[in-house]
Amino acid sequence: MSAETQTTRRIRVFRYKRGDDEHRYDEFDVPVSERSTALDALRWIQLRQDPTLALRHSCFHASCGTCGVRVNGREGLGCVTALSDVSGDTVTIEPLANLPVLNDVVSDVTPFMERFPEPHPYIRKSEFISEADTPDDVDAYGRFEDCIECGICLSACPVAATDDTYFGPAALAYAQRMLEEARGADREALLDWADSEHGAWRCHASFECTEACPSDVRPAQRIMLLRKELGNRKKEVSS
Amino acid sequence: MSVRRGADPGTEGIRSARDDVGPIPRKNVGPVAWFDIRKRGLGQFAFSLNRLTGLGLVFYLYLHLAVLSTLFRGQEAWDDFLGIATTKAFLLLDVLLVFGLLAHGLNGLRLALIGSGRGIDHQKALYRSCQVIGTILLLGAALHILGGD
Repeated sequence: MSAETQTTRRIRVFRYKRGDDEHRYDEFDVPVSERSTALDALRWIQLRQDPTLALRHSCFHASCGTCGVRVNGREGLGCVTALSDVSGDTVTIEPLANLPVLNDVVSDVTPFMERFPEPHPYIRKSEFISEADTPDDVDAYGRFEDCIECGICLSACPVAATDDTYFGPAALAYAQRMLEEARGADREALLDWADSEHGAWRCHASFECTEACPSDVRPAQRIMLLRKELGNRKKEVSS
Repeated sequence: MSVRRGADPGTEGIRSARDDVGPIPRKNVGPVAWFDIRKRGLGQFAFSLNRLTGLGLVFYLYLHLAVLSTLFRGQEAWDDFLGIATTKAFLLLDVLLVFGLLAHGLNGLRLALIGSGRGIDHQKALYRSCQVIGTILLLGAALHILGGD
């Protein structure tokens, strides 16, 4: 970070600690450069201004999905959200919406992970068996290998904003990917799961999950394909 | 392979996790979130307008039934209503009604298309097309409604 490119931005940070009656916002003046990210700012605050600020990160390059936050109301990974791209005098950093706050800007992702249908292993079988066949159309499968399970899609979803029982974009997209990958997946069980009142039909196709996804997973498109699949199944049953 | 039926987020597991930790931040209180299009994309605009026009059309349905009920009060009451219904101000409400019907109906067609797997990757272009077609039809309807004798 060169000295001549540094400026100061006012960063307004969401604060909440367990036991607090309600959250508050603290403001900090943070030196930033053109390349500074929201995560850089949070780390600077933690190191130089307030060591009690809790934040979560790991990889710094948008692959671990742990630093998802809202920056001026828009979801993003803190590690790749450049402050120079954020307009306004003050930059407000908040935890993801529609998930409980664990500590300051750190969300509890347990409810997000519990939405996924089982099996939802950390490493999928196809990723460590050498004899696994490469799918014929790799592009069709590649996107869902990209999901980093950051929870950003759930935060951006207007249906999840008013319905905590909705499975949400990531889980439904995961189910769609499982349906496409014919490696022993129990298709009927997955379709039954997606066909529930909290499943694919609950989506209202605002495509905000796709807009917000930092990994180009395009969950909304996959939910629409899931609906097509469910529709085809209903047609088969009725005929 | 089995699918966890208990994955329903309304189950006790999620509730307990939520209750034990902290508040759930929301962008807005309740259904206000449906209509907040700040920093959102075209899809959210379409979603919001669909909800708004949907509510408007439901309101209109009941209003329409209430207006028709004036028939029960005889010829004079109905004629009085027609006197109001043919004013320019009232006719503007008819144009608003046509806008609601077009916005909701055309977007409904788009949603039916993408929900059945057609044009998913072109959903924005589909919505833009709906906007163009809707604008042309609305202009035609407005000329017809307001330009009559």
